[in-house]
Amino acid sequence: MIEVTDIHKTFTVRTRTGRLRRRRTTVRAVDGISFTVAPGEFVGYLGPNGAGKSTTIKMLTGILSPGSGTVRVAGLDPSRRRTALARRIGVVFGQRTTLWWDLPLRDSLTLIRHLYRVEAGAHRRRLAELTELLDLGPFLSTPVRQLSLGQRMRGDLAAALLHDPPILVLDEPTIGLDVVSKATVRGFLERVNTERGTTILLTTHDLGDIERLCRRVMIIDHGRLAYDGDLDRLRAAVAADRVLVVDLERPAPPVRLAGVVVERVEGPRQWLRVPREMNAAAVVAALADRYPIADIALREPGIEEVVTRLYRDGGRVTA
Amino acid sequence: MADALRLYALLIWTWIRAAAQFPVSMVLLGLASAAVAALDMVGIMLLFAHTPRIAGFTAPEVLFLYGTSAMSFVVADVLLGGTERLGEHVRQGTLDTMLVRPVSPLIQIATEDFSPRRMAKLLPPVVVLAFVLPRLPADWTAGRVVMVPVMLVSGTVIFAALWVLTASVQFVVIDVHAATKSVTYGGAFLTQYPMSLYARDFVRGMTFTIPLAFVNWQPALYVLDRPDPLGLPAALRFAAPAVAVALCAVAALAWRAGLRHYRSTGS
Repeated sequence: MIEVTDIHKTFTVRTRTGRLRRRRTTVRAVDGISFTVAPGEFVGYLGPNGAGKSTTIKMLTGILSPGSGTVRVAGLDPSRRRTALARRIGVVFGQRTTLWWDLPLRDSLTLIRHLYRVEAGAHRRRLAELTELLDLGPFLSTPVRQLSLGQRMRGDLAAALLHDPPILVLDEPTIGLDVVSKATVRGFLERVNTERGTTILLTTHDLGDIERLCRRVMIIDHGRLAYDGDLDRLRAAVAADRVLVVDLERPAPPVRLAGVVVERVEGPRQWLRVPREMNAAAVVAALADRYPIADIALREPGIEEVVTRLYRDGGRVTA
Repeated sequence: MADALRLYALLIWTWIRAAAQFPVSMVLLGLASAAVAALDMVGIMLLFAHTPRIAGFTAPEVLFLYGTSAMSFVVADVLLGGTERLGEHVRQGTLDTMLVRPVSPLIQIATEDFSPRRMAKLLPPVVVLAFVLPRLPADWTAGRVVMVPVMLVSGTVIFAALWVLTASVQFVVIDVHAATKSVTYGGAFLTQYPMSLYARDFVRGMTFTIPLAFVNWQPALYVLDRPDPLGLPAALRFAAPAVAVALCAVAALAWRAGLRHYRSTGS
């Protein structure tokens, strides 16, 4: 569905250094990225700010043309066939709406219907379906400017999917949303992916999105792909430590166990960092031997930790 | 092309319907716009209260210039005036959302936020032309009669091309919004008066660089059967349609170049 081969994009940035003098610096926003996304995949695209995520998205949607390399989305070259591609792709920008501020949501969606030339009957069916899935009913007649962020995002999702595109590209769709709205959006995306087989590429800072939705993750840093593979292997490859939470029967000084570091003590509860290479069962057994234990829990590292580690090490991981 | 026009009309219609949900506000705003637009005409009338001629032209003749210029400008403004906000769309990143839709961003920007009150500005030029055309001291040969609609259409096309041209500049220099207004609105104001009012070099500039002289001045010289105060060749009087087409080509090229140059925003 999406094929990207060795794309590069550089920007020239002019900075003022004096009254009239300006210095030109070249920034490599994307520096040699290749990947393919198969039909029906749900791929998470992660990276710190300024890593080149949005630039990649813009090249995939035809807003920007790559400096070198080739891009094929739905069999088309996005920058040359931008309008043709627009019919086969849905795009959601979390930071800005594609709806019209002053129009009621329903009118915005009617405009979208005209822009995409969706036939009236098909539009009615699709709108009814999306209205139900996204629960748009209560605010279809409200002007977009009066919608809450969560409602607006649901409206934007409907707008991006009205023409039933086989590919959906989302740029930070859950940014700024509360927990409930996030859950609605995630649940909806999951259904779109599994029920309609829509290929989805999602960029986000919210690792919860990734853990919930994506089987495959791509991580970009400094314009290059630092990781491309499934989530579990990423965890293993980065070898983030696990944390053992132990409830002792009574408050005690930090436990002592070879190879294990106590991170926090709060009354009878202690947090122990267990390195990936150590056998957790052996640690628990050794602990139970020496201390009276009331309860015990083993926490897998959150993806936050995995990613921070990856960014910090600046290392590349091959899956 | 026909498809684009159909879509354009459809988008405008959607906006009009949206505005019509507040009919009182729509009518009042329309009347206010028409009143403001009529101020230029009032200015001309006031001048003629003190003098019988401006730069050698009588009141009906100047009102004819006003009517044709204002008519062309307002129609172009209604059709493409939205493009003056291109810089804003670039800055706010809303241009990106237009670029991912299967429709030319030019159509989208032109129709964005279309308000029917823009059309109310047609009222003063229509009234003035209806009043002044029968009173014009012109020898109405068939050629002169045909020239009036021809000049209105070419004038509209010239202004429309200027809108697109000045918008294209905003792809590159985002903050020139105010400067580009001097070309469009300034041009509309300049062409309301006989060009013989201005300095010779200035008029030459408006003939051969920004071709505002072809909006109404040169064709009007033919309709009114006047010699060119600058002594330019009489053939120029019939050049307006050719100039309009050429300017359109330039505007189209500039628009494409601007779109290619577009670099989007950071997020």
